[in-house]
Amino acid sequence: MHKKTIAELSRSLQAREFSSVELTRHLLSRIDALDGGLNSFITVTAEGALAAAAAADERIARGEGGPLTGIPLAHKDIFCTEGVRTSCGSRMLDNFVSPYDATVVSRLKDAGMVMLGKTNMDEFAMGSSNETSFYGPVHNPWDLKTVPGGSSGGSAAAVAARLAPVATGTDTGGSIRQPAALVGITGVKPTYGRVSRYGMIAFASSLDQAGVLTRTAEDAALVLEAMSGFDPRDSTSSPAPVPCYHGSLQESLEGLRVGVPEEFMDEGLDSENRAAVEAALDVYRALGATVSTVSLPSLALSVPTYYVVAPAEASSNLSRFDGVRFGYRCDDPADLLDLYQRSRGEGFGDEVKRRIMTGTYVLSAGYYDAYYLKAQKVRELIAREFRQAFQHVDVLMGPTTPAPAFELGAKTTDPITMYLNDIYTIAVNLAGLPGVSIPCGLVQGLPVGLQLIGPHFSEARLLNVAHRYQQESDWHQRLPVGY
Amino acid sequence: MSLTKQEVESVARLARLEITEGEIGRVVEKLSSIIDFVDQLQTANTDDVMPMAHPLDMGQRLRTDEIFEADQRNRYQVNAPEVEAGLYLVPKVIE
Repeated sequence: MHKKTIAELSRSLQAREFSSVELTRHLLSRIDALDGGLNSFITVTAEGALAAAAAADERIARGEGGPLTGIPLAHKDIFCTEGVRTSCGSRMLDNFVSPYDATVVSRLKDAGMVMLGKTNMDEFAMGSSNETSFYGPVHNPWDLKTVPGGSSGGSAAAVAARLAPVATGTDTGGSIRQPAALVGITGVKPTYGRVSRYGMIAFASSLDQAGVLTRTAEDAALVLEAMSGFDPRDSTSSPAPVPCYHGSLQESLEGLRVGVPEEFMDEGLDSENRAAVEAALDVYRALGATVSTVSLPSLALSVPTYYVVAPAEASSNLSRFDGVRFGYRCDDPADLLDLYQRSRGEGFGDEVKRRIMTGTYVLSAGYYDAYYLKAQKVRELIAREFRQAFQHVDVLMGPTTPAPAFELGAKTTDPITMYLNDIYTIAVNLAGLPGVSIPCGLVQGLPVGLQLIGPHFSEARLLNVAHRYQQESDWHQRLPVGY
Repeated sequence: MSLTKQEVESVARLARLEITEGEIGRVVEKLSSIIDFVDQLQTANTDDVMPMAHPLDMGQRLRTDEIFEADQRNRYQVNAPEVEAGLYLVPKVIE
């Protein structure tokens, strides 16, 4: 059962080949047996899952089931889930039981999906390896010595290990696409504003966007359609209607104009990873696409731009964690200032504190123009270069990461080395664009991803382009040994 | 550009973060390297560029100012470290 895609599971459930309760029980037992070595879940909600599955079975029996009714999923522990601990991977929220559901959670619940639990993540989504979690690192099912990427590392590992057919994620600088690439699955980061941010714990509000990690583009289309759309509770939610993503998956790619940014294929890219990307481009040529080289000259500045904008917004967003209304409070505070400083000093991990400090510094008196204002100008420059590229091509393609998964501990001593790992994904968030990563090869036994980037609100086209590739390749069907 | 210990302590105070004596050396070093790294931005020519206000060029949506949710203080205070009579308790602020 666990090897089936959502589309296949849905057909089986409707045909009563097995029930949602049986499917849920099966996946819970896999989590029990296999997650000890992966650490992909922070909380498993077995009881709630079985109750939701039983309700889904009744709904199917009444003939009221939709395509997602009875399908199990896991939520990244950044999404608020009513009555269930929502930790954001932090000691700060280790004791926080959310009083409400995020919009993403309630929409998928309404569609009849069954939550198996909450997945591990970098603390407050700040990291690219899942090593900053208060709950310990997640291991990559392809090689337990390597990282699964981050920050949605638990979601990625759980889907790759077939513990769940789909998991939600969030992507502020690559946190869906990068882990999807490193564990060999499909990851979709939608356009900024496409999916509601209500109830999704904020990191950098102008960059954060929720999305999905699945095995196939077809599965991503099904789930994304259910979670997208206008939400009055999110002031940056887009009113644009949500197209039927799965309805256009089969469209022809004849005449598709693909652009490859030369800055994506530079000397920073691992040579075998490059070969995998080039082989994927050949598949697209065979499908009728034309491939040309384009340029995004300011791409190299995307990482420094991000490390001004994101920490600045984070320092503001995370000021709400003060030890007063919810979350961690230090023991025996001497006075109010001591309560604030020690609750935050003890409740946050090193990387989160580093980013709050960076953000506070770049926003402080005398530095605002030199850093924050300058970064917002360079950000506009980067967005402009993307707009110019999309006048000539329909979709941009390149690698998702510079190399396959690295070993645990390899990049934890120098923050800059870790930050540069997101060189190909960060610019997409700065410009608010949608991006997809699909598996396109194995390098020394580890998966690598092909990244697809489109203009704002081009999710339907990107999913179509991803789906056609998956019909011509089997990288997305490869399974890590032992799972 | 290297930050001084005093500058880092002042940022930590603004951010309401306790940094212990044992940590401060490491924090100064890493924060300095991050600020050095983002200083690359100064090389970009942005003379004719307006700073980005919103990735989609959208305006801020407004809504009418009316009450549409009920008071849920009791539910929210379940997560509070210390409450009394519906109030959040903190150490004494005024002697």
